[in-house]
Amino acid sequence: MVKTFHPRTLEEALKIRKDEKAIPLAGGTDLMVRFRSWAGTQPDFPWPVMFINHLSEIRYIDIQPKEIRIGAGATLSEVEQCSEVPKVLRTAVSQMAAPALRNLGTVAGNICNASPAGDTISVLYALNARVELTSLHGARQISIMEFISGPGRKDLGDDEIMTAVMIPIESFTHTLYRKVGTRKANALSKLSFCGLAKIKAGRIDDIRLSFGAVGPTVVRSVETEKKLIGLSIEKLKELYSEIRPDYVAMVQPIDDQRSTAVYRKQVSLNLLDQYIESLTMES
Amino acid sequence: MTEIAFVLNNKKISVEAEGATRLLDILREDLGLTAVKEGCGEGECGACSVLKDGLLVNSCMVPIGTVAGCSIETLEGLRNSDEGRCIIDAFADSGAVQCGFCTPGMVMASIALLRVNAHPTIDEIKVGLSGNLCRCTGYDMIIKGVQLASERGEGIW
Repeated sequence: MVKTFHPRTLEEALKIRKDEKAIPLAGGTDLMVRFRSWAGTQPDFPWPVMFINHLSEIRYIDIQPKEIRIGAGATLSEVEQCSEVPKVLRTAVSQMAAPALRNLGTVAGNICNASPAGDTISVLYALNARVELTSLHGARQISIMEFISGPGRKDLGDDEIMTAVMIPIESFTHTLYRKVGTRKANALSKLSFCGLAKIKAGRIDDIRLSFGAVGPTVVRSVETEKKLIGLSIEKLKELYSEIRPDYVAMVQPIDDQRSTAVYRKQVSLNLLDQYIESLTMES
Repeated sequence: MTEIAFVLNNKKISVEAEGATRLLDILREDLGLTAVKEGCGEGECGACSVLKDGLLVNSCMVPIGTVAGCSIETLEGLRNSDEGRCIIDAFADSGAVQCGFCTPGMVMASIALLRVNAHPTIDEIKVGLSGNLCRCTGYDMIIKGVQLASERGEGIW
């Protein structure tokens, strides 16, 4: 029989988290499936569970001058419908599962599940998102790229709850998000690609390239991006063939029930080529 | 076991349950509301769709502990309402029901859609019903059913 908690405030939740080591459950769309048991019986959670979706302290989307704060209780539908949230993230969210699931699931939950195929994660990597982790001792913020270290592995203390996701407000001239799945709705990603770039006067001011479901974590290399930043479009055409092998080496997918390594790698690189070509054509 | 109070089909009720128990099981096993179907049990088929505070959700993914203080609507509560009758008749007239297993979920998804968008396009209907699988109809008749309900149901949503 799994112990469940229904805290009334965030502070109470943090106390339960510390004392009982209870796992926070916001939407439940991952946890209820991962630990589901026979029909008519309770899910088989290996730890106590704490419901947090009702906590008003984390149920918000706050637009600040420099960043957007998405509270850990904000649902995917709320994020999808908030016009201030970057379009590329709203696009990714709109392709997740189906409306009924988006009414329950949360961005914070998608991050804490830490699947390399998590659909918000590849976009949040590209957006330089940070996460806020709160314990009774206070809150700390780290980059999402530091937070996730492997499939299901994350830097979350056993007394901490993720309370918010922060996205810097920036503008890009070229954005592309593509999810490749078996069908449009209710399909986990075979792979995903997110490209963001700022091109001013024929020069790359900023570029970010991330790949989902092709490695133990989302793949993004700030080092390789640095080789591209500052290049003119003419130079990009010239040098891309020298930089592309970085991504050929980094994109290392596996075979599983959803797709094959060969397919994932080929399509990821096709999307990269297509995105880079779109930069050279429009400028 | 804890006592969990919520509103079910506009009536206040409370159930004794373990918090992690699925809403689906409470509705079917404890309360006998068998319009709510278990298809896949993992949020992919939509047969267990209900409305939670007016929003479409899969009841197989909702622990009863998160329902405390919420309002839940199932097909049983809607089938005699203007909305319910309009959609059920439109589905019947369009041939949208074959084996019928997906139908309660389809009706719930249609109501959720029409309440926020009384005149959906075909593409909007497809998105609204995208989480509900039907293995009989090929969906065309269901989409026609929603269009017919939208035409007939002016002002009721």
